[in-house]
Amino acid sequence: MSAEGHDHGHDHEHEHHHKETFITKYIFSIDHKMIAKQYLITGIIMGIIGIVMSMLFRMQLAWPEESFKIFNVLLGDKWAPDGVMKNDVYLALVTIHGTIMVFFVLTAGLSGTFSNLLIPLQIGARDMASGFMNMISYWMFFLSAVIMLSSLFVEAGPASSGWTIYPPLSALPQAIPGSGMGMTLWLISMAIFIASSLMGSLNYIVTVINLRTKGMSMTRLPLTIWTFFVTAIIGVVSFPVLLSAALLLIFDRSFGTSFFLSDIYIAGEVLHYQGGSPVLFEHLFWFLGHPEVYIVILPAMGLVSEILATNSRKPIFGYRAMIMSVLAIAFLSTIVWGHHMFISGMNPFLGSVFTFTTLLIAIPSAVKAFNWITTLWKGNLQLNPAMLFSIGMISTFITGGLTGIILGDSTLDINVHDTYFVIAHFHLVMGISALYGMFGGIYHWFPKMFGRMMDKNLGYVHFWITAICAYGVFFPMHFIGLAGLPRRYYTNTNFPLFDDLQNVNVLITVFALVGGVFQLVFLYNFFASIFYGKKAVQNPWKSNTLEWTTPVEHIHGNWPGAIPEVHRWPYDYSNPNHDVDFVPQNVPMKPGEEVLHH
Amino acid sequence: MTSLLVIIVLVLLAVALWQLTKIFDLTQVGSSVDNSQVANDNDNNVQGYLMFGFLAFIYILTIYGLFAWGGLVLHTPASEHGALVDSLMNISWVLLFIVQAITQVLIHYFSFKYRGKSGQKALYFADNNKLEAVWSIIPAVVLAGLILYGLYAWTNIMFIDDEEDTVVIELYAQQFKWSARYAGEDNVLGKANVRYIEGINTLGVDMSDPNAQDDIVVSELHIPKGRKVHFKMRSQDVLHSAYMPHFRAQMNCVPGMVTEFAFEPIYTTAEYRELPYMIEKVSHINELRAQKSTKLVASGGTALDPYTFDYLLLCNKICGASHYNMQMKIIVDTPEDYKKWIKEQAILAVQVKEANAPAPAIGNEAPAQDSVIVAPVVAVK
Repeated sequence: MSAEGHDHGHDHEHEHHHKETFITKYIFSIDHKMIAKQYLITGIIMGIIGIVMSMLFRMQLAWPEESFKIFNVLLGDKWAPDGVMKNDVYLALVTIHGTIMVFFVLTAGLSGTFSNLLIPLQIGARDMASGFMNMISYWMFFLSAVIMLSSLFVEAGPASSGWTIYPPLSALPQAIPGSGMGMTLWLISMAIFIASSLMGSLNYIVTVINLRTKGMSMTRLPLTIWTFFVTAIIGVVSFPVLLSAALLLIFDRSFGTSFFLSDIYIAGEVLHYQGGSPVLFEHLFWFLGHPEVYIVILPAMGLVSEILATNSRKPIFGYRAMIMSVLAIAFLSTIVWGHHMFISGMNPFLGSVFTFTTLLIAIPSAVKAFNWITTLWKGNLQLNPAMLFSIGMISTFITGGLTGIILGDSTLDINVHDTYFVIAHFHLVMGISALYGMFGGIYHWFPKMFGRMMDKNLGYVHFWITAICAYGVFFPMHFIGLAGLPRRYYTNTNFPLFDDLQNVNVLITVFALVGGVFQLVFLYNFFASIFYGKKAVQNPWKSNTLEWTTPVEHIHGNWPGAIPEVHRWPYDYSNPNHDVDFVPQNVPMKPGEEVLHH
Repeated sequence: MTSLLVIIVLVLLAVALWQLTKIFDLTQVGSSVDNSQVANDNDNNVQGYLMFGFLAFIYILTIYGLFAWGGLVLHTPASEHGALVDSLMNISWVLLFIVQAITQVLIHYFSFKYRGKSGQKALYFADNNKLEAVWSIIPAVVLAGLILYGLYAWTNIMFIDDEEDTVVIELYAQQFKWSARYAGEDNVLGKANVRYIEGINTLGVDMSDPNAQDDIVVSELHIPKGRKVHFKMRSQDVLHSAYMPHFRAQMNCVPGMVTEFAFEPIYTTAEYRELPYMIEKVSHINELRAQKSTKLVASGGTALDPYTFDYLLLCNKICGASHYNMQMKIIVDTPEDYKKWIKEQAILAVQVKEANAPAPAIGNEAPAQDSVIVAPVVAVK
């Protein structure tokens, strides 16, 4: 293995003499590090769009009767005449915000970036198993993003039936204008996205199984790799089901089949559909939809585990328990989808089953949370921006996760289903937590990606404002949800019953606007540091994993010479047998050195 | 004016940002210059204290929230099963608050307590099976309790006993309007399908079905206190969800199928209005509305009507552009008032006949239809 790696290293040096063109280096690159950067920057751009949308609809919710010039500027005369947002445009904004944030930012932007960057670097491989497939995967993702954004410009507007696109609303243009061309583009975009995601996932799985360097057994893999690996497996198992749901929906919409539709009377006429069921679509959608939230959060958990251990200067507590809990979460995630459907009209007996499986997930989640907390205990915490985001992630994951015990209980779900309580829950537990994982990952691996350091003081400001605003936005939402306020209402002014919630809505929006605007600090820090940041040293955080043994300047094949051999697990921080507080994985065991962990 | 305000706010934000970075910079004074952008002892100190401060923020936000917004949440359930839901909810909340209070302290206190100092070494503590067992087994036991209680409640609420004496009412959803159909004296709904929709028969009731002859269609829902109401729900176009928050009741309305939910109201509308919490809530809402009215009148608008409480049926599944205004008033009557009210309602079969009659109808023989013998079968499609 090592000899083989050596040869490859030589190959690379030959290659280096070939002049790489701009196109092969920056655009159609097959180098995993470049592809990771492409995913990241695309994800950040999509994130900006998604967050701006949320700021617009938050303004609408706080001041429903006001007119805002900015609405008119951003949405145009047709959607916001005189600065007043139209009601179907509100629904379009929440739909596309959800779609963009879940799929384009937190799935592709997070997993795509860090799986691509870290899998080869941390397992000791020259590149992905198939660099070409990797490139295709990115470009299909890019294409799907372009199609999704282009749907904003079609005449009847983009998809507006919620990111869950339940038929019949999503199937019938008579029901809502966005279900015309906008929905068609949404479905095409998602179909391409799923193909891209599958190619990426297969690549990750094959690479982790086959291309680990000598000595890198599965139980010496960093937890980042474990979570990326398991995430890819969940993706391969569940994404195709969404593809089939999307295809069947396309059939219903365009070819007159009745998979999801039956007995419909709309716009003064009876439609021909007979015998289908929207509940079937809900099953298919959530068979992906629920694992999807773990596809989003598991990589963030992996990044956080790695950052916590490095910056605590301590081994991650309970390495094997962490792996077991990831596997348990992955398994359970595929059998809990019905908790989104307790009141969908499915047999209540199924509700009982899904309550049982859903609440079980709290056990491996609790194991993870307590292991992280124990990792902090008696550490020597280096409170870098990445570390702050990781600690913040534990906090939001617990706050958001606990309310899952309420929503996962079918009896309690009856009354809080589809209220703002749900919004508070999932934004904290998967939205904010995964974003924190992503931010932590960016601050931590920025030197690896761009060879420069991000500014730490701007990072601190970014974290604290974000942390305060995230709680400021989502904490009060629990209360208005428990007051019975439904989500996806364009305005609550038709219900005097909810008049006393309006002040809370204003407060939430203020936090959302401040938090949103302050992401500019991050953007400035990120883009300015790419060009003007301080030059990074090879291993700035004194980390153990293999990516920090590669040179700062990126080269094809990652290591100039042979691929390093691995002699120990990745978490030998503050090992009492060594004087320094970190022992990289490629450092051989001292004669007579004992393994101090299970 | 607004744009000026926005600009001022943005400028102030920028100044605040600049000040904040400055403060962090100033904390570096006196320490050896570190160009690496890696946290040094000063950073660890400052950020450690801020972490501790953030714990205070979380606690203050929680306590403030409970006081300021705790009164907004739904209170006293208006249905018989609601007490069961609320007690499970309260038990869950107590558990969650305990876990939340403890874990947040640990996270932030540890971040403060163990903030890094150069020359210090962390404890090498890699694993401990006893600890793992503790935090697997304790949640498992607690969850087992919650699951059992939850399943007991769920089974009680959701499995409707057909033998029971209930009032059968159909809730009918369409963009963006609710209707209700009462089963009449036979308490069996006539068959229905959207393919029968014609003229004033907007719910698609099969008028040839004997069970349909005494059905009554209304747009305001009256239900009697103290009797279980068995709702059968239909939708004619897209998914809707019948959400009756005060009754702790919700069920989706799905085109092509009939969904069900049943509950027993325990307060009439008049009684619920007189609950102390509701009196307080309504007066608070009216204060807010009065303030808004003053502003409206000042700018040439009309004042808002004062609010009186009514139970509501809301649509809670995105159903189209006007989803945010799909509602129906629910009135819980005393059994006597309910009987009186239902007698006054027009029977659909009569209405249809009148509408179809080419000439003025001669006799009024519709009530005779009530004597049609009822077959004990589920008549709804």
